[in-house]
Amino acid sequence: MKKVYTAPNIERNSAGSINKFAHKSVVSHQDNIEGIPVRVLTESYGSPLFVFSETVMRKRYRKLVDTIKMHYPNSEVSWSYKTNYLSALCNIYHQEGARAEVVSGMEYEMARRNGIDGKEIIFNGPGKRRHELVRAIQDGARVHIDHMDELYLIEKISEELDIIANVAIRVNMDTGIYPLWTRFGFNYENGEAFRAIQRLLLGRRMKLVGLHTHIGTFILDANAYYWAAQKLLTLAERVETDFSIVVDYIDLGGGFASQNTLHSQYTPGEFSSPSYDQYAVAIGNAFNESAFVRAHNPRLILETGRVLIDEAGYLISTVIAKKNMPTGERAVILDAGVNTNITAWWYKQKITPTRAFPGTYQNTIFYGPLCMNIDIIRPAVPFPDLHQGDMVIVSPVGAYNVTQWMQFIEYRPAVALISETGKVDVIREKEDLTDVCHREYLPEHLKRL
Amino acid sequence: MKTDKMKQLAISENGFIFDPETGYSYNVNETGHAIFKLLQKGMDKEAIAEQVIAEFDISKDHFDNDYEHFIQMLEALDLVEED
Repeated sequence: MKKVYTAPNIERNSAGSINKFAHKSVVSHQDNIEGIPVRVLTESYGSPLFVFSETVMRKRYRKLVDTIKMHYPNSEVSWSYKTNYLSALCNIYHQEGARAEVVSGMEYEMARRNGIDGKEIIFNGPGKRRHELVRAIQDGARVHIDHMDELYLIEKISEELDIIANVAIRVNMDTGIYPLWTRFGFNYENGEAFRAIQRLLLGRRMKLVGLHTHIGTFILDANAYYWAAQKLLTLAERVETDFSIVVDYIDLGGGFASQNTLHSQYTPGEFSSPSYDQYAVAIGNAFNESAFVRAHNPRLILETGRVLIDEAGYLISTVIAKKNMPTGERAVILDAGVNTNITAWWYKQKITPTRAFPGTYQNTIFYGPLCMNIDIIRPAVPFPDLHQGDMVIVSPVGAYNVTQWMQFIEYRPAVALISETGKVDVIREKEDLTDVCHREYLPEHLKRL
Repeated sequence: MKTDKMKQLAISENGFIFDPETGYSYNVNETGHAIFKLLQKGMDKEAIAEQVIAEFDISKDHFDNDYEHFIQMLEALDLVEED
């Protein structure tokens, strides 16, 4: 019997190959997702394939809600549709008790289609159109106002419909982090947010039910949420003092970091991303210090999507080919590129082989199948020698990919869900040419060649 | 390709290589070890491929690609020289 082959490799020995965590990186393999063999999944549903774990989604949701409630009991989570709006996945969170947070008319209709009552929807975003606002106001949704033109428009619509609209003001602020998200809402520090509230109340066509902020994304400093909560609660207190109006809720938006690692980060995400507890302590401290909270016990709302779903998503991808780079590095071409896995541009995602490999590792670059130089899934990482047809699991990929994926030269892959009982369902089929072309129209004179 | 320098290197049976001239040491994997020994004997690519394919479970096309990459590595480490 012949010996098992691995690509020949040579490495010069040098001091310092041990990393700062005192062990060498070891690439261990994973041949199944929650007990379902990877090979079975791809044979049934093709490759590439997104796979979501219902168990992980529910566990992470329950843990977040439990942790936040330990620090401030009157709190709830609204599911952020933009993070992942596949109906099956949204409904898992809705079953758990999450309401819906949407940022566009399209997402609003998705939430309504999922059976969410308008009153249970928070409507955020800077680009709400008139007809979308009419629908939301008629439904009794909570509309979070982004700018003055929107405020005037809502006032006008409310007058036309003779309905008092439920609204909140979105506030941007300095919480000690960079970058400042100043393009959304009204500024806290220069008094713009307070003046907007003043104008809103003078119109008498809207009910101010809450205050909202969303300080950024992938926030690695949990303490930023202390300042966000503290500033919104101070504003709420001032609104009560000056106008005798008590808001029902304080909405701190989203932005909790998942376990992914940003390209700019040195320390792996597992070590550097704050825990649920750290975020909850920061927010809880601000709430527990507030006189407004002691007097009125407002509801705390979080809209943090990534931290709930990122780790629940896997992408199985197959090696189309491997090649050698002039730099001496190995390159692997996968069948899923940034068209499918767009968050590869943000994160150093974990790539796991699906079978054991003997031998040493070589620096390997993972490319996608696109004819674009920027189609890189993972820059050079020490990896075993992969062969054509081998598969890898890319993770975490649960957040933002299934909403931001591109229809560029390839069909979007299928999405499978592994339920708590181990049953596998395809919750979105692989696309075909019909999906790409069915909205096109070919004029009569162009039908003949 | 000149492989004269390789003949001066000491290589152990488990793939540890020592260069007495520079003091550098290297490690090769099992396949690399087999190729290294054959290169030291002055064998050419075709003869090496024949031997490796007879010993290991690999196709000729697949091996040719990996062999070129291995030679590039040896060149980058100054262990072989281009003609």
